[in-house]
Amino acid sequence: MRYAMAIDTKKCVGCSDCVVACQTENNVPIGYCRDWVVEVMDGTYPQLEIELRSERCNHCENSPCVRCCPTGASHYADGGIVLVTKNECIGCSACIASCPYDARYVHPDGYVDKCTFCLHRVKKGMQPACVAVCPTKCMYFGDLDDPRSDVSKILKKRKHKTLIPEAGTKPQLYFLI
Amino acid sequence: MREEIIVSGRNNPLIDPLLHVWHWEIPVYLFLGGLAAGLMFFAALYTIRNRENDYKVAVKIAPMFAPIALILGLGALFLDLHHKFYFWRLYTTIRLASPMSWGAWTLMIVTPISFIWSALHIKSIFPNWDWKFEVIKELLEFFNRNKKVLAWIMLISSSILGIYTGILLSAFNARPLWNTSIMGPLFLASGLSAGTAMVIWISKNHDERKRFAQLDLMIIGIELFLIIHMFMGFLASTQVQIDAANLFLGGEYTAPFWIFVVIIGMIVPAILEGLELKGYKIPTVIPAVLVLFGSVMLRIIISYAGQASRWLY
Repeated sequence: MRYAMAIDTKKCVGCSDCVVACQTENNVPIGYCRDWVVEVMDGTYPQLEIELRSERCNHCENSPCVRCCPTGASHYADGGIVLVTKNECIGCSACIASCPYDARYVHPDGYVDKCTFCLHRVKKGMQPACVAVCPTKCMYFGDLDDPRSDVSKILKKRKHKTLIPEAGTKPQLYFLI
Repeated sequence: MREEIIVSGRNNPLIDPLLHVWHWEIPVYLFLGGLAAGLMFFAALYTIRNRENDYKVAVKIAPMFAPIALILGLGALFLDLHHKFYFWRLYTTIRLASPMSWGAWTLMIVTPISFIWSALHIKSIFPNWDWKFEVIKELLEFFNRNKKVLAWIMLISSSILGIYTGILLSAFNARPLWNTSIMGPLFLASGLSAGTAMVIWISKNHDERKRFAQLDLMIIGIELFLIIHMFMGFLASTQVQIDAANLFLGGEYTAPFWIFVVIIGMIVPAILEGLELKGYKIPTVIPAVLVLFGSVMLRIIISYAGQASRWLY
C-alpha cells in the first residue's frame, strides 16, 4: 500500500478551503497550518501564467525527517504516511531542519506536528479533510498500488510533477500540470 | 524580463519567512562540544605518546575544563528542546541514520570519560585532595593502571565528538549551506584549534606553549584550506549551493563571516602566534582568546546562515 495525493493545478482556484478544513479537522493551533496554498506567477508581462498549488507534507518515500529523528518519533505508518509520535518527540527540531518543504512546525505544546494525510479518516474509509472539502474537486487521494484508485487513474491520464525531486526525497504529492 | 513571483499562504511560527528553529543554544553547544573534544584529544594524544611530563597542562590541567564545557553544552542542548521532559527518549533507542542519535550516545560515553580523566588528575591542581571513600580510590586506581587504554578510548571518542558537531549539520540536505561533507572536518579542526588555544592560554611552560602554538598554526592553516575548499565546492555545485555560498560572498553574512571568523578568529591569531614563535613578546592570552572567539563565531554564523539557505521551488 502506498498512499499518495494528486492535486490538479488547473482546477485549483486558491480558495484555501483545504487549509481551513485541515485546521478544523485536526484542531491545528491558531496561527499554524499543516497545508497551505502557494501562488506562483511566472512569465513576462503580459504573457503571465499562474500556478496554484495546495501544498502539505509530501509523505516522502525517502524521508529526511524520519532519517534524522534521533528517537524514532518520526516514522512511516500505514501506506508510507509519515507521522510523529507525540510522546516520543523531544522537540529537537532536527526533522524541521531536514525537511526541504518546511512542512513541519513545533506545536505550542512542544512536540513537532505536521500533516497526517488524515490517517484517522482514511482508516475509516473516508477521504482526508482537505480532499473531501475541495469545492472544485481538484484533489485526488488513494493507494498508488491499487490501479483502480482515484489517484492512480488520474496520474495515468495526466501529466504531473513533484516538488524538488532533485532533493532525493521521492515525494508522494503529485501536481497535475 | 521573465519573472517568477511566489506567494505562499503559509506563515508558521519559527518556519516562515525563513527557518529559525535553532537559536543560540545549538551553536553554543557545538562550540563547547568542539572545545571539549579538542582538550580531550590532545590530552589523550600526549598520554599515548608518553609526553605527560613535557605537556603537563595539556594532559593534566586543561582537560579539567572538558567536563565543565560538556555539562554547560548539555545544558544548552536541553534548553533548545521544545518537548524537554521527553529528552530521555534519546536513550531508549539507537538510530544509526540519525547524527543526533550518534551525538547523544557519543556524549553518553565522552562525558563520563571527561570526569574520570579530571578525577585522575585533580591532585595536580589540589595536591591535598582526598577522595574520602575507598571505593572511589580503588576505582581511580583501576583507571590509573589502564590509563593508556582510557587514553585510546578518549582519543577516538573525542574525535567522533568533534567531527559529529559538523556532521550534525552536514546531514541536512534541505539546507544547502550545511549540506557539505567539509562541515565535519572543519568543525573538528575548529574544535582542536579551540583546544590548543585553551592550553596556550593556561600554560606557563615555554616549551609547551611553543608546541601548541605550532600545532594551532598548523590547524588554522588546515581550517583556511577547508574554508576555501568549501566555497570552491559550493560555487561548482548546483544553484542552491551557489546561493548558499553567496550568503558569504556578497550576501548578508559576508562581513560577519570574513571579519569575525576568518580575520579576527584565524588570521590575526595565526600572525600573533607566528611572531611569538619568532621570539617577539606577545601576551599569549590575546591569540588564545581570539581563536576561541573565532570558534564560537564560526558556529553561530554557520548555524544561522544555514537556516537562511534553502531550496526554492
